[in-house]
Amino acid sequence: MEKTFKIVDEDGIHARPATALVNTANKFKSTESFAEANGKRVTLKSILGVLSLGLEKGSTLTLITQGEEEAAALQALEDVMVGEGLGEVNA
Amino acid sequence: MLNISGIAASAGIAIAKAFRLEHPDYTVTQQTVKNAEAEIAKLDDALAKSQVELERIKENTLKELGAQKAEIFESHLLILNDPELISPVKDMIVNDQVNADYALNETSKQFVSMFENMKSAYLQERAADMKDVTKRILGHLLGLNVQNPAEISEEVIVIAEDLTPSDTAQLNRKYVKGFTTNIGGRTSHSAIMARSLEIPAVVGTKNVLEQVQPGDLVIVDGLEGVIIVNPSDEIVAEYREKQVKYDEQRAEWRKLREEPTVTTDGVHVELAANIGTPNDVAGVLDNGGEGVGLYRTEFLYMGRDKLPSEDVQYNAYKTVLEKMEGKPVVVRTLDIGGDKELPYLDLPKEMNPFLGFRAVRLCLDRTDIFRTQLRALLRASVHGDLRIMFPMIATLVEFRQAKALLEEERENLKNEGTPVAENIQLGIMVEIPSTAVLADQFAKEVDFFSIGTNDLIQYTMAADRMNERVSYLYQPYNPSILRLVDMVIKAAHKEGKWAGMCGEMAGDSVAIPLLLGLGLDEFSMSATSILPARSQISKLSRADMQELAAKALECSTAEEVVALVEAIQV
Repeated sequence: MEKTFKIVDEDGIHARPATALVNTANKFKSTESFAEANGKRVTLKSILGVLSLGLEKGSTLTLITQGEEEAAALQALEDVMVGEGLGEVNA
Repeated sequence: MLNISGIAASAGIAIAKAFRLEHPDYTVTQQTVKNAEAEIAKLDDALAKSQVELERIKENTLKELGAQKAEIFESHLLILNDPELISPVKDMIVNDQVNADYALNETSKQFVSMFENMKSAYLQERAADMKDVTKRILGHLLGLNVQNPAEISEEVIVIAEDLTPSDTAQLNRKYVKGFTTNIGGRTSHSAIMARSLEIPAVVGTKNVLEQVQPGDLVIVDGLEGVIIVNPSDEIVAEYREKQVKYDEQRAEWRKLREEPTVTTDGVHVELAANIGTPNDVAGVLDNGGEGVGLYRTEFLYMGRDKLPSEDVQYNAYKTVLEKMEGKPVVVRTLDIGGDKELPYLDLPKEMNPFLGFRAVRLCLDRTDIFRTQLRALLRASVHGDLRIMFPMIATLVEFRQAKALLEEERENLKNEGTPVAENIQLGIMVEIPSTAVLADQFAKEVDFFSIGTNDLIQYTMAADRMNERVSYLYQPYNPSILRLVDMVIKAAHKEGKWAGMCGEMAGDSVAIPLLLGLGLDEFSMSATSILPARSQISKLSRADMQELAAKALECSTAEEVVALVEAIQV
């Protein structure tokens, strides 16, 4: 499953929301989560990976989940994205 | 005795023995290792020890400094466990038959350079976090005797090249009385932490670590930005006195933080702060500001290569309004041109920039720039108590033109279905003598005045404030200036409007009694002046100050005015 977001935070992605995303992804042990942007894909279980995407305001970010709890994981990640004011769902 | 000067990073005086916090040599050398499993076991052991340490630092920070400051260590913990870091290190140990510390250092370097090459300044700074975590693990791998600031158990001044985030977080306030570093500035991490810990600090001394030996007696003067090494007994006594005075004063000011500003005869005035960016709001609230009296929007336009978009501006204004939680925020529209240049606007050089094409003059010509700002402001208006003021207004026609553009954009936004607050107060800066003289006419059309004294003085005295040879003419207490201020305040009150001041003069302890007497309603100053000003005003009576001001208006020189004020200050 996947969902695409637009980064709306003025500073792009920074450590606090990145930490929240990784912590959330780590909660779903049976599910692999990835983040994809600018043609690069990284595992969401790595904060260095997420920061390495260098996301800025206006960037498009796709979150991908694969595995048993993929729906729940994607929903939880979306909650972090929106709740932290990091991104909004790309309509 | 030795004096070393640096940057005053955190106010206060501290006197104690020096403690040199030195970081050991983290140099690693490549070695060929046959037993990869043993190397990996060493790495895992170092990671586990680092994990325990970081957990403890995080808990400590949470307790001492709150959740926000603890977040950084949450990120450090994630880096420590990051598969993108640890797997390549382990692979390298196995494939290249190298030692764990070498493999870690090489892998870490790649991430450091990745961060350093990122476009965003924020992400570039994350290189420091990467280095901090790497050092922690290396310290365990190399079996280094890493000094732990948490283990300091007597009163000291910490002397260091620089303090990392984890160093600062571990400083125990009970024992660490102050610190000083070779590098850093007012906004560096260590300086910010010092202010939130309320530990006196002087940073950016360049060489304090080289000049101080363990056990030397050190004075940190965080008020003046000076370090004194092995002072004489007299100097120590002098500083002890200064310290007691400052601590008493600070305690007294602190008590006033949540208090309104009221004179002994019950008159309330508003003390607000001047800010340049949304980041300044924290300081305003921390110093008990009752509002923002001047938000200089120039910074949004400076240090970039093109005009800021409407959205960028909207976000900045919205952030300030939200953080101020309903307290008034006076935003000054763009005051650029003349001496404050924007290269991308390509404006011609002028002979007299202060008398030239700047501020509202430029905005009324480049209405595209002005309209973008007005739209951003109008959109943000629903997030708090927004007030807008135009700078450098010389004639009523200019004000009417600027207001008409604002009203047009308000209509446009309404037609687009964008909400805009109904009750946005609209005022002007009074900084040109023509406007001060005609204040009675302006007062019929504006909602408020904010007197910009820096420019008002230079225009009234015809003295360039950048020219040192005529600096003696910068005379805030000259009766001519006081009469102009008096005219403006009276004109405002006659029409039921309010008058504020946002120049240096508003926070000046000699000017405050006079301004209070003249009836000024709002004083806007740098955030750190607010509590001292509140303390001063709470000891003055408005009625007495009215008498004082009336006398001052009849003086013939600035010196006479100062003498009058000094006579009442006991």
